[in-house]
Amino acid sequence: MNGSLLAPLRMLIEFVAAVGSGARFFLRLCVLGLASLRRRRLVIDQIHFIGNYSLSIILVSGLLIGFVLGLQGYYTLRRYGSEEALGLLVTLSLVRELGPVVTGLLFAGRAGTSLTAEIGLMKAGEQLDAMAMMAVDPVARVLAPRFIAAVFCVPLLTSLFSMFGVLGGYLVGVEMIGVDGGAFWSQMQSGVDWFDDVGNGVIKSVVFGFTVAFIALFVGYTARPTPEGVARATTTTVVASSLAILGLDFIMTALMFSAY
Amino acid sequence: MTRDFLVLDRIRFGYRDREILSDVSLRFERGRVVALIGGSGSGKTTILRLIGGQLRPRQGTVVFDGHNVHELGHEALFTLRRKMGMLYQFGALFTDLNAFENVAFPLREHTDLPESMIRDLVLMKLEAVGLRGAAGLDISQLSGGMARRVALARSIALDPPLVMYDEPFTGLDPVALATIAKLIRRFTDALGCASIIVSHDIDEAFAIADHVYLLSGGQIAAQGTPAEMRASTDPKVRQFLAGGIDGPIAFHYQGRALADELGLRP
Amino acid sequence: MKRSGVDLLVGLFVLLGFAALVFLAVRTGNMSSAFNMGPTYEVRAEFDNVGGLKPRAAVRSAGVAVGRVTSISFDNQSFRATVTLALDRRYEFPKDTSAKILTSGLLGDQYIGLEPGGDTENLAGGDTVMLTQSAVVLENLIGQFLYGKASEGGQ
Repeated sequence: MNGSLLAPLRMLIEFVAAVGSGARFFLRLCVLGLASLRRRRLVIDQIHFIGNYSLSIILVSGLLIGFVLGLQGYYTLRRYGSEEALGLLVTLSLVRELGPVVTGLLFAGRAGTSLTAEIGLMKAGEQLDAMAMMAVDPVARVLAPRFIAAVFCVPLLTSLFSMFGVLGGYLVGVEMIGVDGGAFWSQMQSGVDWFDDVGNGVIKSVVFGFTVAFIALFVGYTARPTPEGVARATTTTVVASSLAILGLDFIMTALMFSAY
Repeated sequence: MTRDFLVLDRIRFGYRDREILSDVSLRFERGRVVALIGGSGSGKTTILRLIGGQLRPRQGTVVFDGHNVHELGHEALFTLRRKMGMLYQFGALFTDLNAFENVAFPLREHTDLPESMIRDLVLMKLEAVGLRGAAGLDISQLSGGMARRVALARSIALDPPLVMYDEPFTGLDPVALATIAKLIRRFTDALGCASIIVSHDIDEAFAIADHVYLLSGGQIAAQGTPAEMRASTDPKVRQFLAGGIDGPIAFHYQGRALADELGLRP
Repeated sequence: MKRSGVDLLVGLFVLLGFAALVFLAVRTGNMSSAFNMGPTYEVRAEFDNVGGLKPRAAVRSAGVAVGRVTSISFDNQSFRATVTLALDRRYEFPKDTSAKILTSGLLGDQYIGLEPGGDTENLAGGDTVMLTQSAVVLENLIGQFLYGKASEGGQ
């Protein structure tokens, strides 16, 4: 058999095997995550570390993006004489796309890396090993509560991001520039559908939550237990999460918002 | 022998390119301290992992308390592990919990004892290692020796019949060293557990061990009581005990002759 | 941090998050999808061109939502589009009501606007709206414009 054919074939097989083990790990996290709800203390603590500690960056970013949308949106709409649609533009942009995607990316950078680093360092310090030797499954005790907490936090953070964005757009558009406040809200309310727009945005954020949580924990769990290993793992988490979010966003947008 | 609590029989283990253990047989009894000594990479820690079921031997069996460790299913293996305590080289304490919570961890996970009982048990274990006053400290606040003592308290929290110590003496000051050694001996006698110490530190290990195995080249090079080992004429034993740099355990990593490397030969 | 402190903060976070979600759903959006109209009756309308009209689009009269588009299909005999409307039973329209396809706002979706006629009899379930105006198709509009310009220039 040709030797040069074997190497790429083996790479392919290894890749498929890696995907398989990744999928099994994901399912394990889901099942154990649900089981860990019984130990509410662990999950609540994680929601605190993952959610509360992300609040500042999410809220401030939401506000700032709202400002930018208000400004940019105004200049663009003014060309067509449609400044009154600013509220609609800001809200749709946030609720459908920017809210879920930007929150997902920020979350991957802030909470995702911290999860990866934490797990990687625990692995390096033999803590996960010690736990397994004490007959406690580290995936169930350490990883699963973090997984379920992250999945829970992301949609909430996304909603907060979008809300602050809308307020930011209002502050810039109405208070600063002078767009009519009434038109801002009424155009928005008639154009934004709570199920199609807000609802789909929430669905996106849930998917992103699963994605980032899984990637962060999986990468941390399989990291090399050395300082360089952990450093590379955190980078991998951010890169992989970001690409996954953007890719999934495209797929979901195509499914959700294209004309049926 | 029916008094054998843990038996490793003709173990062969290695990775794809390297064989680490070839035909190793060991026996451990309750109430005895056994020391595994040998050079770095001789497979001492590997043996501990084989006992715990974290690694699978290519050949041979590990029988612990009547159970073949590697034939057990996942659940059964985890149940068996509750009878093993393990002290890691650097403690492997959980950094997100304080000292008290670390020692309480096995009790909380594996027993349904009420909080008050757990508190009493934890404080007693910490008292035994002399750190009851440090119960509230964070792991980051503990010195190396203290961390190892807390880890020791944690490893005996459930009073396991087998306790394994991975390099318990490495990197400690003389006082801490002596303390740990004394504690290991005391626990073995008091709890009647089988203790396995993996160590380079000859003096401390020999001071408390009942039996010693010297590992070299993937096999048991020598075994006996500390006194027998000290009196041995086997060159491998002599070199290891005397700390000779070169001998049966070579100093130079295998490679070309120096003259060739430097291009000196005509 | 004390246990109760953590619980409090987490509780606050969760409540804030849900409040934001509710805010987005209720204050920024309209609940027209969830608008439960109660009992409805079905009416049909045929159009030459439905443009961008989609199922579940609103049916409005005088700007107020009075119903919903339930389905759009192609009639192979008349070669026109058949749109089925579900109208709220509370509202009745004369038989000569006209249905137009309109666009809401500049960026909005298309909807059906009903303009009542003067007939004394009302539409009942299963009836067909006879007077319809199709959606404005941009290409035709441009074509008309160019044709108009060309004939002007010719004079």
